[in-house]
Amino acid sequence: MKRGRIQELIAFWCLRMAIVIILAALGSIIWFLGKNGLSILSWEFLTEPPREGMTEGGIFPALVGTCYLVFGAIIWALPLGVLAAIYLTEYTRQGKVIRVIRLGINNLAGVPSVVFGLFGLTFFVIYLGFGVSILSGSLTLAFMILPTIIRASEEAILAVPQTFREASFALGATRWQTIYKVVLPQALPGVLTGSILGIGRAAGETAPIIFTAATFYTPHLPRSIFDPVMALPFHLYVLATEGTHLEKTLPIQYGTALVLLGLVLGINLVAIVWRARLRRKKKW
Amino acid sequence: MVKEDLKIIVEDLDFFYGGLKALDGVNIQIPERKVTALIGPSGCGKSTFLRVLNRMNDLIPGTRLEGKVLIDGHDIYADNIDVVELRKKIGMVFQKSNPFPKSIFDNVAYGLRIHGSKDRVILAEIVEESLKRAALWDEVKDDLKRSAMELSGGQQQRLCIARALATGPEILLMDEPASALDPISTAKIEELIREFKEHYTIVIVTHNMQQAARVSDYTALFYLGKLIEFNVTEEVFTRPSEKQTEDYITGRFG
Repeated sequence: MKRGRIQELIAFWCLRMAIVIILAALGSIIWFLGKNGLSILSWEFLTEPPREGMTEGGIFPALVGTCYLVFGAIIWALPLGVLAAIYLTEYTRQGKVIRVIRLGINNLAGVPSVVFGLFGLTFFVIYLGFGVSILSGSLTLAFMILPTIIRASEEAILAVPQTFREASFALGATRWQTIYKVVLPQALPGVLTGSILGIGRAAGETAPIIFTAATFYTPHLPRSIFDPVMALPFHLYVLATEGTHLEKTLPIQYGTALVLLGLVLGINLVAIVWRARLRRKKKW
Repeated sequence: MVKEDLKIIVEDLDFFYGGLKALDGVNIQIPERKVTALIGPSGCGKSTFLRVLNRMNDLIPGTRLEGKVLIDGHDIYADNIDVVELRKKIGMVFQKSNPFPKSIFDNVAYGLRIHGSKDRVILAEIVEESLKRAALWDEVKDDLKRSAMELSGGQQQRLCIARALATGPEILLMDEPASALDPISTAKIEELIREFKEHYTIVIVTHNMQQAARVSDYTALFYLGKLIEFNVTEEVFTRPSEKQTEDYITGRFG
């Protein structure tokens, strides 16, 4: 065999091995959680609060709490992110200032989540006096996913062909009319699916909500946005580290992890399927 | 030279993209309700010139303009000019048909709606009238809710023409409107242009010299940003007064 051919073969097998290792890691996590957690999954597990010092019962308040936090984060981050992206792409001349702003946003994406948590604690919880609450937690999560949303929105907006804008301007539309009536409707699917991927990440984060929103245990569901909530990642963390009956809560831990994983994968799957369908429908 | 009523008068126009001079000392008088063709090799400035007339170049950062562009006697680059009003008066059709990914109806009604028309009856009337003028009505009247993206290339371009007509312009700017179309669709567009000059002042950029000869009353030849020759089309094509014009129309360059 020629030398080039052998190199080719080695390179190909290295690439193939990399994929196998990644898939194996992912597969074993899912298999491991499934094996240990699947047995406890039931309708009651999802719809009942914990009992007997968390050793029995379900995870209902945590599930609901996570949904509240994620929903809250979307409500803050989506409009803010989309408006920022519109400003960056449509209203400014591409220059030094924009490059610095963009660099800042990208750096925001690299900030460790625990730093966001501490920021949320000092700013929202203490300084603004929101307390440990859904409000503080969702705002903190919103800041964390903002870079993802801004970048997804920018990409979606830039993908709208320039010819649409030209046609609109030539008909006498103002810049805002063009954005509002032509660019945004076209960009929206991309904005939303990109944002959902960011939101999936928010659902699984523990560090940002430990100090800002999560509570160890509440017997009832939150009554206002100023109430603290239980949340799936935090619940898991608590059971795994601070429980007095570690052995007894083990199945619940696996079940919680499985539900959390399912939730995040589910959110991402929705985004991916949705995006694929919209791409097929697009004609330009 | 031109003895018609004048619609557009351009005096000593220079245009720059950053440091690059794209138009150099252009003087031209474009007559009302006639078809004026702009010809010349790629990069000669004819499209830039077309976009000067409805200030589309404003959208490109770093461009600069000197000289005067008068439409109906008003300097359209004066400070008190409302660009939105100006563009309402000037329809534009682009090289590549660019209907919005909306319904046929919404495409044609777009210009009216952004200028504040809400009355459904009036909208429907103008949409129908515009589609008829663009010779598309008979092909689409059964389903105006259909997406414009489902139309053929030639139909899309006529839809874009209807969309431009709907706001009631006086001037139509056409940037190689048929260059991406098949011969039959091209013939339809050319026929429209001939009909339109009863109502509109038309300025059309074209690469196709037969097309310029077929549809236009006046022809302007641009070369390297300069207006080389401007005259009645027949004169330009049969008795060009400039050597460069003769070279270009006989295919010696460009």
